[in-house]
Amino acid sequence: MTPDLIYGLTGIAVFGIGLVGALCALDRLRRVLALKLCSVGAGFLLVVGAWRAPPGVPDPVPHALVITGIVVMVSATAVALALIRRLQTLEAEDER
Amino acid sequence: MADPLMIFDILLALSIVALATASLSVRDQFTMIVLFIIFGLLSALAWVRLSAPDVALAEAAIGTGVTGALLLKTLHHLRFVSGSRNRQPMTGVAPLPPVPLGVTLANAAFCGLITLGLAAGFLGAPAAGPGFDMLVAEAMPTSGVAHPVTGVLLNFRAYDTLMEVVVLLAAVVAVWQIERGLSEAPAPVMGVVWQGFARLALPAIVVVGTYLLWGGAEAPGGAFQGGAVLAAMGLLLLLTRAYVPQPGHRGIARWAFVLGTGVFALVALLVAGGGRVAFEYPLEHAKTLILLIEGMVTISIAVTLAALFHGREPVALTTGGRHDT
Repeated sequence: MTPDLIYGLTGIAVFGIGLVGALCALDRLRRVLALKLCSVGAGFLLVVGAWRAPPGVPDPVPHALVITGIVVMVSATAVALALIRRLQTLEAEDER
Repeated sequence: MADPLMIFDILLALSIVALATASLSVRDQFTMIVLFIIFGLLSALAWVRLSAPDVALAEAAIGTGVTGALLLKTLHHLRFVSGSRNRQPMTGVAPLPPVPLGVTLANAAFCGLITLGLAAGFLGAPAAGPGFDMLVAEAMPTSGVAHPVTGVLLNFRAYDTLMEVVVLLAAVVAVWQIERGLSEAPAPVMGVVWQGFARLALPAIVVVGTYLLWGGAEAPGGAFQGGAVLAAMGLLLLLTRAYVPQPGHRGIARWAFVLGTGVFALVALLVAGGGRVAFEYPLEHAKTLILLIEGMVTISIAVTLAALFHGREPVALTTGGRHDT
């Protein structure tokens, strides 16, 4: 059992958990969080793909891709959360 | 078999999966976010184990720190909105008809199948073949920096990074538009201890953020990690009310948002103007150009992330809620 195997399976499990959450959760905040879990799971797989057994140096290209992905994900999350805040405010005003 | 590091890896992997499950299944939303933050930090630790310290830094600072702050801020807003107006216990959802159990189970079963398929694919994939290692190693002397990840981000795949900065810019534009005229939840009251903490932490954050940016040329770190740490400073300033965004500051903020994209694109155009391909930096100036781009991008990232946290565009306060500009 090498770290790439262990963490690769972890990444797939986290992706699966996120997928279930994104489809089944009713709560909007939870759904955004589930999508974020999916992105972390995908990141795991890319980092695992870049890993080389200890004397080797990891491949920097997937690392750069994951860093890009993290920044894009935070932008998407920020927009999604702003939409949720707006939606909730409008709903609260309608009910008043 | 009794390798202590392997036991550590397995324990860490199990905790990561358990935290992911717990954060989606726990009822209370605050607990959900806190569990997610712990999940993110442990994932960062796992990435350190996979010898990816740059990714771990980015995940800890941006993926977990900034995202966690954004989630907590949204939760605060939702609790304020539904608590004070709805007279309903905070649930975070409009009363929707509950989904039939069968549908949920079918969804979960299909997700399980997809996950199993992915796992089978992963286990059946050939062992790590030659990736881009050799190509990057060969080209490193011409990149102007010593750290491969920085070389890839700012030189070999600079288009990606430029577009990434554009995405951040687009996000802040979108958030300002969406939140226009949205009434704001009152800021939570912070105690005295918090003020003292901010006073102690702020100088340290500035030093750490700048170091991450500077050190990115030779060691793990770089513009995104440094920018996120500096954004944490902005968050502290906003939370302690040491800085309250004024409508008059919008101009400066807009310039700061586009600074990184602008300088990045300008450098690419100037390089292209000299009879080269865009981003094919002349070797003798490569380090200077990369550092210039990184510095400006760091400022943009820090200001943009702090603005994404603040959310609403600072406008002159009116009583009407939706009627301000």
